[in-house]
Amino acid sequence: MTRDPSPIVLRLLNLTPVLLLGVVLLLFGLQSNRFLSGEHLSGLLAQAAPLLVVATGMTFVLLTGGVDLSVGAVMFVGAALAGRLALDGHSLAFCAAVMLGVGLAGGLVNALLVTRLRLVAFVATLATLYIGRGLGRWISETRALNLPDDFNALASTTWLHVPVPVWIAGTITVAAQAVLSGTPFGRRLYAVGADREAARKAGFDTGRLLAAVYVICGGCAGLGGVLALAQLGAVSPRFGELYEFDAITAAVLGGTSLFGGRGRVLPGTVVGAVLLKTIFSGLVMAHANPYAYALITSAIIFVAVLLDSLRHRVLRGLARRVIRLEPAGQRDA
Amino acid sequence: MSTDLPRSPSPAAPSAPDARGPAVPAVSWESVSRSFSGVPVLRRVTLQAYAGRVLALVGENGAGKSTLMNILGGHVPAESGALRLGGLPYAPRTPHDARAAGIAFVHQELNLFANLTVAENLHLHDFPRRAGLPWIDRAAMRARAAALLGQVGLHLAPDTPLDRLSTGERQLVEIARALGTAARVLILDEPTTSLSTRERERLFTLLATLRDRGLALVYISHDLEDVLRLADDVAVLRDGEVVAHGRAADFTGHRLVSLMIGRQVTQLYPARRDPPERASADRPDELGVPRLEVRGVSEPGIVRDITFTLHRGELLGLFGLMGAGRSELARILFGVYSAASGAIRMDGRPLAGGPRARVRRGMAFVTDDRRHDGLCLDASVTDNIMLATLAACCRTPARLVHAERVRATVRRIREAVRLSRAAEERQAVRTLSGGNQQKVVLARWLLAKPQVLILDEPTRGVDVGARAEIYRLVRDLADSGAGILVISSEIEELIGLCDRILVMRQGELSGELARDAFDRARLLAAALPATAAAATGAHS
Repeated sequence: MTRDPSPIVLRLLNLTPVLLLGVVLLLFGLQSNRFLSGEHLSGLLAQAAPLLVVATGMTFVLLTGGVDLSVGAVMFVGAALAGRLALDGHSLAFCAAVMLGVGLAGGLVNALLVTRLRLVAFVATLATLYIGRGLGRWISETRALNLPDDFNALASTTWLHVPVPVWIAGTITVAAQAVLSGTPFGRRLYAVGADREAARKAGFDTGRLLAAVYVICGGCAGLGGVLALAQLGAVSPRFGELYEFDAITAAVLGGTSLFGGRGRVLPGTVVGAVLLKTIFSGLVMAHANPYAYALITSAIIFVAVLLDSLRHRVLRGLARRVIRLEPAGQRDA
Repeated sequence: MSTDLPRSPSPAAPSAPDARGPAVPAVSWESVSRSFSGVPVLRRVTLQAYAGRVLALVGENGAGKSTLMNILGGHVPAESGALRLGGLPYAPRTPHDARAAGIAFVHQELNLFANLTVAENLHLHDFPRRAGLPWIDRAAMRARAAALLGQVGLHLAPDTPLDRLSTGERQLVEIARALGTAARVLILDEPTTSLSTRERERLFTLLATLRDRGLALVYISHDLEDVLRLADDVAVLRDGEVVAHGRAADFTGHRLVSLMIGRQVTQLYPARRDPPERASADRPDELGVPRLEVRGVSEPGIVRDITFTLHRGELLGLFGLMGAGRSELARILFGVYSAASGAIRMDGRPLAGGPRARVRRGMAFVTDDRRHDGLCLDASVTDNIMLATLAACCRTPARLVHAERVRATVRRIREAVRLSRAAEERQAVRTLSGGNQQKVVLARWLLAKPQVLILDEPTRGVDVGARAEIYRLVRDLADSGAGILVISSEIEELIGLCDRILVMRQGELSGELARDAFDRARLLAAALPATAAAATGAHS
């Protein structure tokens, strides 16, 4: 009388992002034979690299049932500062380190707001979003800063035929997944996301854990900013704008739940981010009407959230126990 | 209530631990006080628990038992007074501190994570790591989990996701988790509420072993029979004060009850005014149209071919073991779950739609899971009570809430259910004791004046005094013509309260007993799986 514990519906829902990615690749591939070339695909991955890194950090926050709206603004502050420093003649490495530092600092501010002042993550990071945008504009004096060429070189350099940003993003995502599934910290994230009160009673320090999550997300935003800056070669006043929504969409599209406690970086968020970038890249190549972009973005967000909600409902339905014959005897194995 | 409960020897028959009675208590509370929003919950409590002994803590809901333990467990600080652990001063600020000091806590409500495996749940506080690396040593974790599960008699793969386990199994996992810590003091708050008789026996054997190993055990329960069986010492709390503390042998069930409520409970179950003769199913006209007719309700994997009738003024019991499908059936009747086939009629008309439609028809459902399904924990007492009937307190044209009418309604109903005076109407329900929370749920549905009321484990975690009141309320409602379905795992409760009892087994109805045929052994036999019935049928 036992029922299949993970029914086909759930498996299908979990597979949807991968299937969607396949369909999208196929569709655009049919439109243009250049689309599926190795060169273009590797370029696509390189383009997706900043988003991959930022969305990985976002996944950590979402797993705890929180959200970080400030990642785009944090990227902007770092980039503006790095732009000024680069124009003053500082080295690429120094500038990159400063951006990473800004990211970590931004994350620390969020962490303090959420854990010490007990603000709701949504509101706390909304505040830091505005603070960040304001700071960034102040630092950059609302001008576009064009960076020296060695920044651009970072994006185009390859190692073993793979662009350096892809190596960086690959390392980050693999490491992140290893942390999530293999370390005490990672497993506890899932516990906090499922039931924060129960996690507190389980006797580990949930405050420090939550703080770490926002710092990680900030650090990822800083590093993602470096990769994005290398791609663009310039800091505009709109640098990183709405990036938080791309990151959330990528993570949720990849199966991370907005309700907390469920999700993975690999394959989840990685598939989500690549899918998102593939769609936009494909639209550009197909010379789609630019006005349609906003509509298509909204459609993607809608699909992502719909999938999350459906999955949540299926899982809740599963919580309905099956009446079994003799629980102890049946599972003796 | 039975009068004298003889203290039967514990399974492991401890060899008089008083002989080597340690001079220094493992835990001592010294004049500990605590109040919540100005209402004192503990008043200068002084109490000791000794290593190698079981201290049972009994008292009505809201007597302060949980608060006393929460202070020990680092969940709430004491306002005045001091704690000592093995003679040394001890002031935990977080549950983390308490755990580090060697205190393990099995909470009444389960604190497990459905999105993790059983092994991960057991090791959340101390994952075994590969030497020198931050990585979890999965093999070691599995081995340790298997050993812990074996101790509580749960035989399942450590990598099983927790969400596949039944409530009873989860409770055992929770206990196994506490065993995994190198604890000196083990607190168990109502650990047996979801356990079957067999699981409970195994737990008691295990607790006796732990006691003999030198742990100090603190055991909180409303089951006085268990308390007298298991405990070496008993402390009775009433209104935040210790009213009695001594050897378990010096107490009887009857005396404990009187001490707990400060008066004699003469009768737990209310008298039935006119014992209805329900055997006359072929003469339905005498009873009027049945309140509820359930015909051939089936849902694959859940319930099969459920057919019964609930009459006007009838208190119908539904007995069965954990996981027999009783709660699922209740949810199907209330429209939370759907059924693949079958028909349900209420007052002669077919019943359709979800819970909302059914509440409109006059149905009400008190769930067995107060924390998740029954209450909005962070909302106030008033909001929770008014949840189903707020519309009745609205001014007509603009449908605005009539604050004065709400206040009057809440005041009236809280009198009726005898909600503790300490419970402020604006107070969040989360801060109330389990019994008072249950009264809030009942108050809500009583206001709706239901024609059909489904109660799922209505007295779980509720003390004797509150129980008698809940039984009285339910009886009064039945006498006014409502049909009431009471689901319970306690045979005594059903026998004392009901006019007729149905038995469920593995998703099917397996027996029906009229009042003059009530019999513990027959009820149990009908509830046990056919193979096990022969072996365990006579037990308890």
